[in-house]
Amino acid sequence: MSEEKMITVYIMGKAYQVPFGLTIMKAMEYAGYRFIRGSGCRAGFCGACATVYRKKGEYKFRTALACQTTAEDGMYLAQLPFVPANRKEYNINELDPEKNVLSEYYPEINRCVSCNTCTKACPQELDVMYYIQAAIRGDYRQVSELSFDCIQCGLCTARCPAEITHYHVAQLARRIYGKYQLKVPEHLEKRLKEIEEGKFDEEIERLKNMSIDELKSAYVQRDIEKIPRGEVSDE
Amino acid sequence: MDIELVEIPKWNCCGAVSSLTADDVMHHVAPIRNLIRVIEMNEEGLVNDEKRLIVFCSMCFNVLRRSNKRVKEDPKFLETINSFMDEERDYDGSVKVMHFLEILRDIGFYKVKERVKKPLKGLKVSAYYGCTLLRPRGVGIDDPEAPSIMEKFIESLGAEVVDNPYKSLCCGSYHTVGGNKELVAERAYKIINAARERGADLIITSCPLCAFNLDNRQELTKKIHPDFEHMPVLYFTQLMALAMGMESETGFDGNYIDPRPLLRERGFLEG
Repeated sequence: MSEEKMITVYIMGKAYQVPFGLTIMKAMEYAGYRFIRGSGCRAGFCGACATVYRKKGEYKFRTALACQTTAEDGMYLAQLPFVPANRKEYNINELDPEKNVLSEYYPEINRCVSCNTCTKACPQELDVMYYIQAAIRGDYRQVSELSFDCIQCGLCTARCPAEITHYHVAQLARRIYGKYQLKVPEHLEKRLKEIEEGKFDEEIERLKNMSIDELKSAYVQRDIEKIPRGEVSDE
Repeated sequence: MDIELVEIPKWNCCGAVSSLTADDVMHHVAPIRNLIRVIEMNEEGLVNDEKRLIVFCSMCFNVLRRSNKRVKEDPKFLETINSFMDEERDYDGSVKVMHFLEILRDIGFYKVKERVKKPLKGLKVSAYYGCTLLRPRGVGIDDPEAPSIMEKFIESLGAEVVDNPYKSLCCGSYHTVGGNKELVAERAYKIINAARERGADLIITSCPLCAFNLDNRQELTKKIHPDFEHMPVLYFTQLMALAMGMESETGFDGNYIDPRPLLRERGFLEG
């Protein structure tokens, strides 16, 4: 077995030797930390593993997802298991999209001074500041489009000097845009109608009565639909 | 008028208030970021102008020009802003911030007059400047004590100018969102009555906040002073659209005091 190359990382200030090539998350686990919270899909999609770090010799305070970033020699690491961000309760059916609901529920968005710290913090490389600027104007569509790939890790909020909870603002915007402004895609309406008419009832019953092995082989041999997906109208 | 305006892609809010605190750098970041966008637009060929940024809102204009002036006069201050915005190219002070009225003045009000399809003959219009278009000296676009640029604008549209001694009296500004709406309603009372006493049919202004305070606050003014008579308050471009025959662009639906009955009565609007 070839000798593993080891690097030194500082986890909450304490030095540990870990193999080179691990993600920050795995390096911390190698050092003995166990993640009960602040860890999820381990594939960069769930946004649970927001992390802060500094590289050797740099002054920059960096942010990333711990499961997507390779640990480097001399890194200072700390995990953010949770961001205690302000999230408002609302009933989506009772909101008036003609008003700026975002400003009403999250008036702190108007404290934005365009410092762009949120954008620099975003591991998804979204234009976070610009969607907040759009939120100030009540432009649900632009907020939705610019924030679509948000995984809600909360790093923008953790870094914001104006205490804006960007990702909750954006989620509210997407919900309003989806419910009130975006046209329902035709194929979705068609499928819902088919379900209501009981087109799939028989098949569901058949699946329910299958054994695990029968289910597995049916899954492997399934037909993959050729219907164009998610073609969303512009208007 | 041989000029095409191109909107800044991804502009951000200017901040709406210019910070006067000597060591407050942060509130100048937003305006300067917009000026950097203008330089980028030049480099990307979106515009072929000598880096003029044309602003309609008096408040935005004031904030942007003040920050621009500050960084040009204080290189160390500019250096701090540039080093803070390390994700942007450096700003070099080369953008010229201008109010739309200044552009019209540069082009020549006679050219505005040439474009007028429906001269507003007999309509008596009073200009309201407020603060941010004129003050401080060195930032404002005209003499802060005796401005005349809006009067020239009114004349170019064929309307009659009515002077108002309170044309640069502050409208109350942000008191309108705080706990002192009455102060704003009283200012509206004073400013509008002074225009009315001199025979004005309506007032124009170039600041959206002044427009809100003079227009929407009339509801409260009327409550405080039952003898008060409403007067339409237009954004200056609304009057321009009307005179240039662009009725669909006038946006009168957004005015609290609807100017249409008056304009129909005078024959400037159909129906």
